[in-house]
Amino acid sequence: MSKVGKREVRVDAYDKASGRTKYYEDRVPPGALYARILHAEKAHAEVLSIDTAAAEAIPGVVKVLTCFDVPDRPFPTAGHPWSMDPGHQDVADRHLLNRHVRYWGDDIAVVIAESELAAKQGVRALKAEYAELPFVLDAQKAMEDGAPQLHEAYPRNLLKHTDMRKGDYASAIREPGLIKVEGWYDTPTVQHCHIENHGCFAYEENGRIVVVSSTQIPHIIRRVVGQALGRPWADIEIIKPYIGGGFGNKQDALYEPLCAWCSTQVGGRCVRIDCAREETFVSNRVRHAIRFHITTWLRPEGSIAARKVECWSNQGAYASHGHSIVAKAMGSFAQHYPCDNMECDAWTVFTNRPAAGAMRGYGMPQASFADESNIDDCAAALGMDPYEFRWKTIMPQGFHDAFSGNTNYCDSFRECMEKGAAYIDYERKKREYAADTGSIRRGIGLATFWYNTAVYPISLETSSNRMLLNLDGTVTFQCGETEIGQGADTAYAQMVAEAVGLRSYRDVRVKSCQDTDTTPTGLGAYASRQTYVAGFSIRQTADILREKILTSAAERSGHPYGDLDLIDGCIVRKSDDTTVMTLSELAMTAQYDPVHSEHITAESTYTIRSNAYSFGCTFAEVEVDIPLCRVKLLNIVNVHDCGKLINPALAEAQVHGGMSMAIGYGLSEQLLFDERTGRPLNNNLLDYKLSTFMDHPHLEAQFVENPEPTSPFGTKALGEPPACSGAPAIRNAILSATGVAIDRLPINPHVLYDEFSRAGLIHDPWKEEA
Amino acid sequence: MYDFKALYEAESVQDAIRLRLEHPGAQILAGGSDVLVQIREGRRAGAELISIYGIDELRGVSLDAEENIRIGSLTSFSHITRDPIIQSRCAVLGEAVDQVGSPQIRNIGTIGGNTCNGVTSADSASTLHAWEAIVELTGKNGVRRVPIRDFYIKAGTVDIRAEDGEIQTAILIPKASYENTFGHYIKYGLRNAMEIATLGCSVNVRLSPDKSVIERCRIAYGVAGPVPMRVPSAEAAANGAAPSLALAEAFSRAVLEDIRPRDSWRASKAFRQHIAVEMAKRALTESVRKAGGVMA
Repeated sequence: MSKVGKREVRVDAYDKASGRTKYYEDRVPPGALYARILHAEKAHAEVLSIDTAAAEAIPGVVKVLTCFDVPDRPFPTAGHPWSMDPGHQDVADRHLLNRHVRYWGDDIAVVIAESELAAKQGVRALKAEYAELPFVLDAQKAMEDGAPQLHEAYPRNLLKHTDMRKGDYASAIREPGLIKVEGWYDTPTVQHCHIENHGCFAYEENGRIVVVSSTQIPHIIRRVVGQALGRPWADIEIIKPYIGGGFGNKQDALYEPLCAWCSTQVGGRCVRIDCAREETFVSNRVRHAIRFHITTWLRPEGSIAARKVECWSNQGAYASHGHSIVAKAMGSFAQHYPCDNMECDAWTVFTNRPAAGAMRGYGMPQASFADESNIDDCAAALGMDPYEFRWKTIMPQGFHDAFSGNTNYCDSFRECMEKGAAYIDYERKKREYAADTGSIRRGIGLATFWYNTAVYPISLETSSNRMLLNLDGTVTFQCGETEIGQGADTAYAQMVAEAVGLRSYRDVRVKSCQDTDTTPTGLGAYASRQTYVAGFSIRQTADILREKILTSAAERSGHPYGDLDLIDGCIVRKSDDTTVMTLSELAMTAQYDPVHSEHITAESTYTIRSNAYSFGCTFAEVEVDIPLCRVKLLNIVNVHDCGKLINPALAEAQVHGGMSMAIGYGLSEQLLFDERTGRPLNNNLLDYKLSTFMDHPHLEAQFVENPEPTSPFGTKALGEPPACSGAPAIRNAILSATGVAIDRLPINPHVLYDEFSRAGLIHDPWKEEA
Repeated sequence: MYDFKALYEAESVQDAIRLRLEHPGAQILAGGSDVLVQIREGRRAGAELISIYGIDELRGVSLDAEENIRIGSLTSFSHITRDPIIQSRCAVLGEAVDQVGSPQIRNIGTIGGNTCNGVTSADSASTLHAWEAIVELTGKNGVRRVPIRDFYIKAGTVDIRAEDGEIQTAILIPKASYENTFGHYIKYGLRNAMEIATLGCSVNVRLSPDKSVIERCRIAYGVAGPVPMRVPSAEAAANGAAPSLALAEAFSRAVLEDIRPRDSWRASKAFRQHIAVEMAKRALTESVRKAGGVMA
């Protein structure tokens, strides 16, 4: 019986539900010191001095370290695989603590103390003197002549510019009779808001440094800590226990380098850093706010003649993942709605905001909002239904992208759209809601997206794992692709059981905790890669393990190798389907053989040299209370083609989480900054409006399961895709309800008040009387 | 870890008064959903705390000899929402405090703490103003009763005489205030839970026996000024008038004469004015409906 494609209970469900699961804080050894960070209270400044005397006098304070103490050894933080090509390596622009303060919240000193309270009191007792510098928060303003400069090596704050040209845009737009649809689309700075804040602890052991961290990428963190401390990478051991989510924030070196360095400054004693939520919002990573300018030229019959897309990505103060995000966003347009003439440009620009890094969707939620808003505006300009316009213009079946090597084998977009439309009853409701003319109106909208699986060919894609046959016939499994709450361990267990031929996924013991000293090297959880890339190496290692098992069984049973198979945990003679021995019997016999004792194991690495298109759409139904400037989400459905599902229950859960994130992105979430000081205004969960359970209707997750031919298990990306198309679907539903096209996120009541006032839907007579 | 100097636990009201007199700078701690948050932010670093949370005599809802509703100051929001006396006489108060934060906060948070915190956005405050509640304070000189509108002095400051060892012991809603009276509260927030009000509006009406006239209308807002406030102009427009859509318009426009919302990063003044008018209209309409009337 197949072990994949089934709704199995998570392998970690019992421990998580009963509170036994160990996170980094549960593993901190007694006597660990607390390090707490002084964050600059200036958006842009030079630190002149930090008076540490009062802090050092506080009982319990062990050591105070400032930006004047750290080594001058810049390091990168992005959780990208290492590249042997120096031109392809990440920008090294970080110090452990910074004299040049580049955003409000930058790290300038650290107090290490016996207790958390003493550390906090120590931080409050530090007195920093600054020479203030002018600051800039907006990406386009940061590119202007005379704008404040953040990094010497990057004039006009331009981290990178790339472009894409196809056909001849300038000539194409001269075709007579074209309709021009132009828009500016703005997306906000948001934060991941994973449940467990980032934290870590570090200590020295036998001359090496051990860091236990809440991270998605232990093997990459080992390299970054080595770089930051100027130590050989092999001197660093990273341990990654269970973590309470990451969504990309922990796909970056956060405080691991500082924590490791702090330990070296107190004689190797264990030092812990635990981010508070307020720090997580500002001093970890955020999603890039990207502004888009799109000009689409339409032929009256509904085809796209030419398209120009400009993107300005607000990087914040440090490079982190840098240009990769907007490059991915820009790259989506030409494949989503292919047309012959395109001109695309993307700029990544430093500003005095928190550093932007990876976040679920990696530029695609931004691109999807801009693209899908503009596409709805195009449909409106043509007088065509948005569904029909997409049907006509979206990526066709057979479309091939030469760079990634991806092919749209089936007609996935249209299959997803059909399924979503059927669920939400699109046509009937669209007709019915068109009659709404009162102060409360309903509408329905859709949006689509596509997504790559993993990072080939931009970066290395590799996956390694190890399988050990245990005496009871179970298999212990280790790999470097991490469980971060998404359920990866359970998917691995199901795939291993299937590939090896075990009775049940319960017979696979997944070692969830990665330790870079012992876990086969992997790259971690990002790019919606886990199930896809692990699938290759699981299939390969399972084949090796099966061969070893069957060879051993042949030797011990006397049956010919070619007549043996491993099915449901039993060695079976193929010729008559009889069980020769169970896997447990084999393992015991092999282990305790007095002449030829054998511990059966297998290990391998697979370099993945393919990618896969993942597709999907969202349909949203809203009720807009115009006088109260409120949107009520009545109904929402996501349909995904992510290939074959390994575990439908976990796939649905993944989609639900992404939809929730998209709802917040669409309607309420935004990190705000004081224009006068650059200070973050709402870096807490009260004032930052993460959407709650009470803000969600039923979240419907549906799938089209077109098997992905490049994958051994027929799978492709699902981790990030659910977060991509929700916000523009809501935007388009509001447009359909009210006729008002809103081109900035989040579409909260303040925005609706401005937009409805401008559109004349609401009118406050007293404003004129005053 | 919380940065405070000492915690004293009062066993009775008299004990609390004694502790308060002995430690004049100490902060009173009830459920802790405001005070502990402030300590965590470092705002009261090193403070002394007097916990009154163990004083059970301050819990519960009852009717006194004159049938005034008496709500012990330590009564939790979730208790108030489920209390039959509240449900039958002042249901809107139960509905209002049911919109505080989350179930956990409503279980720990108390109506005394909510009012003593002195903030304009408290979900109980506009309804207590609109129902002319009386605040009962007990100190070394005995009991003092203060109308709620006088209890709020300015943002974050309420009329409690620490020098007399006072603590708040009850909130009373007089019979004359609740009799034949029906109200509605609208909390305007940016999400449906875990939310602080952008604006809160509480309206209540008493209709004539034949439902043709609004005998008494009261309206109060939170976040329309530095402290919760009544809106006399709107009340004057409604008192003695027949319920009608035209009245709802006039009533809601009159609100602008009294409220004083301000521009902040949380919301613009123009937006707050706009929703204040709409909320007044809807809260009046709903109050009249609950009272058995019709907005013709």
